Amino acid sequence: MVKPVLVFGYGNLSRGDDALGPLLLDYIESHCALEAIEILCDFQLQIEHALDLENRCLVLFVDASVSCEDAFSFTQIEPAKDKSYTTHTMSPAAVLDVYQSIKKQPPPLSFLLSIKAEKLELGEGLSTPAKKHLEQACQFADQLLQNPELKDWLQEAKRSEMLTLASCYKIGNQVVTPLP
Amino acid sequence: MYQHLETAKNTENLKRIVVDPVSRVEGHGKVTLLLDADNKVQQARLHIVEFRGFERFIQGRPYWELPVLVQRLCGICPVSHHLAAAKAIDQLVGIDPENLPVSADKLRRLLHFGQVFQSHALHFFHLSSPDLLFGFESDISKRSIVAVLGAYPDLGVQGVKMRKYGQEVIRMVSGKRIHGTCAIPGGVNKSLTKAERDYLLEDIDQMIEWSAASVALIKKVHCSNLPYYDDFATIRSNYLGLTKPDGALELYHGGIRAKNANGGTIIDHVDYCKYNDYIHEEVRSWTYMKFPYLLSLGRENGWYRVGPLARVNNCDYINTPLAEAARVEFKAHSNEAMVHSTLAFHWARLIETLHCAESIKTLLNDPDIMGHDLVAQGEKRYEGVGVIEAPRGTLFHHYQVDENDIVTKANLIVSTTSNNMAMNESVRQVAAEYLSGQELTEPLLNNLEVAIRAYDPCLSCATHAMGKMPLQLELIDEEGNLIDKLVKHSSGQIERPSHG
Repeated sequence: MVKPVLVFGYGNLSRGDDALGPLLLDYIESHCALEAIEILCDFQLQIEHALDLENRCLVLFVDASVSCEDAFSFTQIEPAKDKSYTTHTMSPAAVLDVYQSIKKQPPPLSFLLSIKAEKLELGEGLSTPAKKHLEQACQFADQLLQNPELKDWLQEAKRSEMLTLASCYKIGNQVVTPLP
Repeated sequence: MYQHLETAKNTENLKRIVVDPVSRVEGHGKVTLLLDADNKVQQARLHIVEFRGFERFIQGRPYWELPVLVQRLCGICPVSHHLAAAKAIDQLVGIDPENLPVSADKLRRLLHFGQVFQSHALHFFHLSSPDLLFGFESDISKRSIVAVLGAYPDLGVQGVKMRKYGQEVIRMVSGKRIHGTCAIPGGVNKSLTKAERDYLLEDIDQMIEWSAASVALIKKVHCSNLPYYDDFATIRSNYLGLTKPDGALELYHGGIRAKNANGGTIIDHVDYCKYNDYIHEEVRSWTYMKFPYLLSLGRENGWYRVGPLARVNNCDYINTPLAEAARVEFKAHSNEAMVHSTLAFHWARLIETLHCAESIKTLLNDPDIMGHDLVAQGEKRYEGVGVIEAPRGTLFHHYQVDENDIVTKANLIVSTTSNNMAMNESVRQVAAEYLSGQELTEPLLNNLEVAIRAYDPCLSCATHAMGKMPLQLELIDEEGNLIDKLVKHSSGQIERPSHG
């Protein structure tokens, strides 16, 4: 029986802050009730991961991101022929797009929890800032997964978006578009 | 050969083109071209811009950690590193390959076939089929798996499911999707249950059928434009890889064989533990990646290619019937001579994919994979070498340990390093034959990337910071001024930003 909620973290434990995704999964595994939640981990996203989305109600991708503005961000994602579909590693949006293409139906509602990363060197541990970011992201994920409801996740995504915009306004009193 | 284009005579009056980074390859690669006033290529190089420090990552660790640790070196072929390390560590615990328990040997082989199968499927269906099906100079929006899924839906779905099947083989054998611990010093830690075996058997015939169809497809694609496919990025080279004692294709364990461009034997049945007596590595100042070469032929002539093309060229036969029939057709295409076409890497890769699917079926029907004699023990040694044919080619792991079992020395030669000179040569061939004297456009520059992608290089490891793979082209005049710039965003959008 497929569990309705999928949390999919990805990254390399031996690549400094790239470990943020898998480490958040460790936290969820030891702190959250998992009756309705499945946890999956991989080094990076690939085409076959589209098949892991089958029969899910809600999907949460968790990743380290050097372009994250705050300690973490939470956004709803839509299928898109974007970013990294030309590489060995795909973005969650591209995975959703593959799902849509092969299943001929919209993918499950999906969100991305990005945790701000600083350093991604082979053999390095988590950087000090990343440890703090992880702590905050874990608290957030804890709340999110206590009783996973679409309306709550949508609300959180909206709030996160507003916060990002607000922080942009602070820079020189001008709206600064976050870097891609 | 195009080695004269490695270093231009007078660089000060040349225009510089940078392709940075190369997309659809793993890691960070950069191509630089120096052009003269008539846009003739005077210098072409593939640079590797990231230093990996594998050896430093491994040294100082207890050897028994390595089979898990080395999987983190590479997010796309962790199983290959896992098995190469395990073979080296077998020797550290005094177990030579012939003394590994039969079940352990077969389970490791099953794991390896699963890895090669899924890696080759990913490369063909996801990374290369857009170029091969739509053309190297097609609209950039078409060059993706998403476009393949749209135009060839069945093929796209097969690619996804073949990749998934290979991953399932890995999961069943190693117990986990990633960071599995299948191989341990002297054996493996679990065998397959009947339920696991039956689960994998359910789809294997379908995998064989799709693999055979993909060989037919690539043959059709290759032969439909034969002069172009036989010429594009093509270079004459030596070839190196493992073979079985009887000369059959071998991916897990065998002796080293190297052949020259005419098919003559350079070395054969060499014990890979003595690789240092035959292969040396040269360092060049302009790139982090080394240049391995066969000692007997020297630096200039001793470079070689590894990977599917090398393996299918080098072997005398393949021990699974459908793949062997495909190999015979492949060789007939070149009148039994060595196949030097760089684009034939794709054809050879799919022959190997079919071989893996057939071999997986054979092993799944072998009761030894459910056996219980899984680990052998021996006397400790202080040095071990493990060599395996990874999806991209021959992979060497070499360790020395001290009396406390700590790794004091590690040397790795990864497949992409062995192909370093060949990739540079292919880049130069394309630059000289297809780009020189022409106005540079994005589709033309994609040709350079197509040449590199044929080798399926793994230029870096599993880091994946988002939004870091744009393609940037800069045209700089003889005084160093930026006179043109083309940016290909990761979304595929092309932009010519204003400057000046």
